[in-house]
Amino acid sequence: MTATEAQRGDLTPTDLVYLRELIRERSAIVIDESKGYLLESRLAPVARRNGHNSLTELVARLRLDHTGPLHDLVVDAMTTNETSFFRDIHPWTVLEQTWLPELIQKRSAQRTLTFWNAACSSGQEPYSLAMLLRDRFPQIVDTWNVRIIATDLSAEMLGRSAAGRYTQLEVNRGLPAPLLVKHFKRDGQYWQINDNLRGMVEFRALNLVGQWPFIPQVDVLFMRNVLIYFDLPTKQEILNKLRGVLRPDGYLMLGTAETTLNVDERFERVAVDRATAYRPR
Amino acid sequence: MRALVIDDSRATRAILSRILQQVGFATFDVADGQLALTWLADNGPVDLALVDWNMPILDGLSFIKIVRANPAYADMRLLMVTTESDIERMIMALEAGADEYAMKPFTASVIREKVDILGIKLPDTPVAGGVV
Repeated sequence: MTATEAQRGDLTPTDLVYLRELIRERSAIVIDESKGYLLESRLAPVARRNGHNSLTELVARLRLDHTGPLHDLVVDAMTTNETSFFRDIHPWTVLEQTWLPELIQKRSAQRTLTFWNAACSSGQEPYSLAMLLRDRFPQIVDTWNVRIIATDLSAEMLGRSAAGRYTQLEVNRGLPAPLLVKHFKRDGQYWQINDNLRGMVEFRALNLVGQWPFIPQVDVLFMRNVLIYFDLPTKQEILNKLRGVLRPDGYLMLGTAETTLNVDERFERVAVDRATAYRPR
Repeated sequence: MRALVIDDSRATRAILSRILQQVGFATFDVADGQLALTWLADNGPVDLALVDWNMPILDGLSFIKIVRANPAYADMRLLMVTTESDIERMIMALEAGADEYAMKPFTASVIREKVDILGIKLPDTPVAGGVV
């Protein structure tokens, strides 16, 4: 056995196929064969915490019971993404300076703005949006009907998001210091986001691949660094459903490495400075 | 783009310098606030200074106040990088004129994101830096 095989906790190729299929079935996320290390690094803590000595033991337990809570923990562990406040900064700058002022002007009669963070992970993105709106557009927040809906597949992530508690490393990342001192309180080794911002975000469970619950018409839809996890037919299915909730003049914000090009030609690319968004054609 | 790293730990100076070099800064480093003032007087303002708080001879907060009182350094961006993590301390640093604040321990992403927040436009090709 090579050193690498030993570190993998002797997961057999059949175990790997089983795990990949389980994750694909439950979340539609495709872990290709080259990402075997990801399975091992993310699932080893799940195995340990649940009293299993190896990943093989974990898989054996999973096989015994097809719908148990252990399956949820495995899917949770595999669908958690890296995130940070104001990730990639440029889309946020353009949103604040160009796209939001334009939408506010267009919606001045209805006085309603709806945002959807699809796959909100640990909540940094919806809270970044809440901070931006509260600080830069306070009158809109106070007098319009402004909704921020944040959804995620993972119950654990939704719980973390709703709690609004972050480690020092998390608040160090991407969050301008003046916003940290304004919107957070120190609580031991954690940083707690203030209640007025927490109250601005509605958290809901939603699997992008399954049946969607009712989502109102959305002006700005954040689905950043999500599509990269899906295969082409699933990407197309999600983008198709998403067209049903995004307003015709609304904006879809994808991750910097993502595009609708060659996936769904019914979106057009809108680029301002170093930021890109997509709108229905 | 030039950056001055001010920290009494040689290891921290080396780590911060490497992170900044990777994103395109020419870096220089000194071990306390007084040495930093002397360096600036000799070499002129830098685009960015990374400033530790607790240092011998002249601490980071005093350094920031002196720099902010000098119009010749008005364009310098000041990022405090420190183990101090109380909100009151953070407010003191920002009020004294720090543009940003990062808490130790940090990762390379933390520093890169702070540079982004400061809006410093970097050249595409990394520039080799010197060490003082």
